[in-house]
Amino acid sequence: MRIAIASGKGGTGKTTVAAALAFSLADSHKVRYFDCDVEAPNGHLFLKPDLTSSQEAVIPIPQIQTEKCTGCGKCVEVCQFHALARIGKTIMTFPQLCHGCGSCTFNCPEDAILEVTNRIGLLERGLTREGIQFLRGMLTVSEPMPTPIIRQLKKWTPSTEETIDIFDAPPGASCSVVETMRGADFAILVTEPTPFGLHDLRQIVGIVREMNIPAGVIINRTDNGSDAIDRYCQQEGLEVFYRIPFERKIAEGIARGQHLLQIHPEYQQDFIKIYSKIGMEA
Amino acid sequence: MKLILSAQEPTIDGPIDRRFGRSRWLIGVETESNQWEAFENPGAAQSGGAGVAAAQFVIDQKADAVVSGDFGPHAAGAFRSGAIEMRLYNEAVATVKDAVDLMVRNELKVFK
Repeated sequence: MRIAIASGKGGTGKTTVAAALAFSLADSHKVRYFDCDVEAPNGHLFLKPDLTSSQEAVIPIPQIQTEKCTGCGKCVEVCQFHALARIGKTIMTFPQLCHGCGSCTFNCPEDAILEVTNRIGLLERGLTREGIQFLRGMLTVSEPMPTPIIRQLKKWTPSTEETIDIFDAPPGASCSVVETMRGADFAILVTEPTPFGLHDLRQIVGIVREMNIPAGVIINRTDNGSDAIDRYCQQEGLEVFYRIPFERKIAEGIARGQHLLQIHPEYQQDFIKIYSKIGMEA
Repeated sequence: MKLILSAQEPTIDGPIDRRFGRSRWLIGVETESNQWEAFENPGAAQSGGAGVAAAQFVIDQKADAVVSGDFGPHAAGAFRSGAIEMRLYNEAVATVKDAVDLMVRNELKVFK
């Protein structure tokens, strides 16, 4: 079972919810938690894994072998990302634009392109004290593309037995979020009762609909004012699974590095029920 | 001299565009004959690599110089490799024609 936790707006509580879900199920299931926010991972703050294994994340980028290159420009023509340009009979490459698709190499009539690996980040994994398998990717500072790392992170360890895979998505509604959610059986959308929360919730809902992923909503930091979100969810036929209150005690606990179930142990039963519900709807 | 200038509309009398990679139009001008032609900028619709796409177009047109409000690092790199001079619109320029006149009088700042 693969569950993605996304939001649209940043800071709504995805990692809080993802960690709580992971901890609530760890006793009774084999749980894997993937921190897919490779630009600013924070899952380790709550899960506190013992990281024992790592692997470089790389993408292949083209290196033009000038002795073989005739300057025909075929590579420039086929590159849909404009990572190559032709100036006279010389081919210039722009590694930061390269998505590692291999199209230039494949299409070069002179076999003049060598693929060299460009290290763009690091994958790491380990176990938490509760036996949760923790995996994360970290994009190297200044690298522009998180998506290839997320893809590699998800493929890194094959799922050999029945696991519950929790994918903690980055904020937003762009390529990296889509890559995180690709293949998920269900998406939990975490939002907050603010205008931005609702605005960005609409965007992420648009995406899960496009991707045909069933979804449910958790409203974090609820106080009296979640009417607009409730109305929107009702209009969209989205179920609000859970509401987490706007409580100083929760904020203080999280600031101290405690996860939600340490602050409110009674929530564990609620999260187990959320999982059962997902199991029926996914 | 062959110039290419970034523009908001497909005419030499129209307003300049201070962006290069994503300007809607690129106007090619032959300063000796005053002949000009408007081209749709291939970079305009790109989500990424717009500067490279636009620069590749200018390079393929064999321009001597390109004029815009600014040049990003990829476009600038390509133009330096191709020895195509980059010049900048100043505050006073409103139309493409204004810029062409200033360019011919060598009054536009060079972009390094």
